[in-house]
Amino acid sequence: MKHLQEKAQSKPLGESLIVQTAVRMMIPFIQLFGLYVIVHGHYSPGGGFQGGVVLGASFILMALAYDLQKTFGYISERTNAILGSTGALIYTGTAALCAVLGGYFLDYSALAKIIPMNPIDWRSMGIFLVEVGVGLAVMNIMVSLFWDISSGGKMDEGL
Amino acid sequence: MIWQLDLLILTLVVVCGIATITVKDLLGASVIFGVYSFLMCLLWAEMGAVDVAFTEATVGAGVSTVLFIAAILRTTRRSKD
Repeated sequence: MKHLQEKAQSKPLGESLIVQTAVRMMIPFIQLFGLYVIVHGHYSPGGGFQGGVVLGASFILMALAYDLQKTFGYISERTNAILGSTGALIYTGTAALCAVLGGYFLDYSALAKIIPMNPIDWRSMGIFLVEVGVGLAVMNIMVSLFWDISSGGKMDEGL
Repeated sequence: MIWQLDLLILTLVVVCGIATITVKDLLGASVIFGVYSFLMCLLWAEMGAVDVAFTEATVGAGVSTVLFIAAILRTTRRSKD
């Protein structure tokens, strides 16, 4: 523990070729699994929150094996904030659109006035839209939490 | 729902919970907390709440342990005041 802390204070924890290669091979599968969990969320275990956490965990894994700069290459701080806000906006926007169109808040069958479809089908589609929003928001919040905690808010190299 | 398995996992959960608050080392405590989360995940999956078990496995055992360790690496051994 003490040794680890001294090492962390003097320099980054060091890079390992084995860990980096393993992480590079695992990340696409983790992200595919996260997308699967989000898309199948409304009729199987999982959903927007869990899928979002799995997607965020893939970026956290990348930040652990490499450093924070490598993750900024894939998803910059600005993109992160915009995507997270977009996710929250999709969620509340879908809910509010239902209320504006004459239904209740989060009553997806009211959306049949925009695209004519069976109200029961719209209930299934509506929860899918909400879960995409939740997944985006959770993914970006998780990544941003790890960035901030691991670099002490400085957004430099990280651990 | 096998009550013997329930009891076994529940005993391990209690042991891990007590160990988490008695261990002096912060890194050890957070690792044991990860074990506790994973055992809770097993317990929930065994009792049929697969959705909750999934959440516990991703958030409890996965991300929160990483966040705890990242926070601990920012601390020092002795307090300065």
